[in-house]
Amino acid sequence: MDNGQHTHIVKYSTFVWVLLILLVFTFSSVAITELELGVFSVTAALVFASIKSIIVLMYFMHLKFDKKFYAIMMAGIVLLLISVIMVTFLDYLYR
Amino acid sequence: MTDNTHIDEHRDDEGAKTGMWIFIFTELLLFGGLFIVYSVYRYLNPMAFHLAAQELDTFIGTVNTVILLVSSMTIAMAITSIQLKNKKLTLILMGVTILLAVVFMVNKYFEWTGKISHGIFPGSEILHQSSQGEILFFGLYYAMTGLHALHIIVGVGFIGYVMWLVKTDDVKHDDYVILENSALYWHLVDLIWIFLFPLFYLIT
Repeated sequence: MDNGQHTHIVKYSTFVWVLLILLVFTFSSVAITELELGVFSVTAALVFASIKSIIVLMYFMHLKFDKKFYAIMMAGIVLLLISVIMVTFLDYLYR
Repeated sequence: MTDNTHIDEHRDDEGAKTGMWIFIFTELLLFGGLFIVYSVYRYLNPMAFHLAAQELDTFIGTVNTVILLVSSMTIAMAITSIQLKNKKLTLILMGVTILLAVVFMVNKYFEWTGKISHGIFPGSEILHQSSQGEILFFGLYYAMTGLHALHIIVGVGFIGYVMWLVKTDDVKHDDYVILENSALYWHLVDLIWIFLFPLFYLIT
C-alpha cells in the first residue's frame, strides 16, 4: 500500500537539537517566572509553553514530515480549544 | 492497491495512525477542559492561587519536565532506529524511555507524599481551614497531575507491550505503526506536562 509516508527517516541529531531547544525554552521560562513580573511572567510562561508544544508536535510527533492532513486536523483542534477558552472568558469578564 | 501482490494480513497503517491522532484529540479536549476550569478559578481567586502555588517545589517540577523531554526524545529516536533496522538500539531507547517514566513517577511519589505529610490533601484538616481558592488549587493540582500520572502509567504499559513486539519481531523496519502510535501517545503525555508545569509550578 502507501509506504511512501514511512520513507522519511529523521536523523538522530535532529532529535538531539530539538531536545536542546526545548530545554533552553524550559530553563528560560523558569528564569523569567523567577523574576516575578506579574502578568508578563504568566504571558511569557504560556508563550514559551506554546512554542515548546509546537516544536514537539512538528518534530517529535512528525507533523512536519507526515501528510499535511494531520497538521490541519491538529490546527482545527487548537482553534476549537482557543475559541472555547475565549468564549468562556468573554462570559466571565463581561458578566 | 489491488496490484499489490504480497497478500498477508489486513493492514492499514494510515488508518491506524489517523485513529491514534483522533484519540489524541479527545485527550487534548479532556485536558483542555480541565485547563479552562483551572483558569476560571484562578481568575476568580487570584490571591489564593498565588499563595497555594508557592507551596509547590519548582525544582522538582523542572526536574520532571527535563525527564519527560528527554524520554520524548528517546522514544522518537526509537522510530529512527527501527527504520534503520537496528533492533537492539530500538529496544535500548524504548527501555530508557520506560526507565525515565519510572523516575518521573518516583519524583511524583515523593512530591505527593511530601504534600500529604504536611497535611495538604483533599479533605484534610489543614485545607478545611484554608480559603476556598486554596482548596480549589490543591484539588485541581491533585486531579490534573494525578490524571497525567495515570497517563504515564498507561504509556509505560503501552511502550512495554510494543517493546515485546519488537523483541519478537512482530514490529520490524517495514511494519512499525504501533511503535509510532505508542510514541505519539508518549509525546501527548509530554505535551500535557508542558502546560501543567508552568500553570502549577511556575506561575505564582
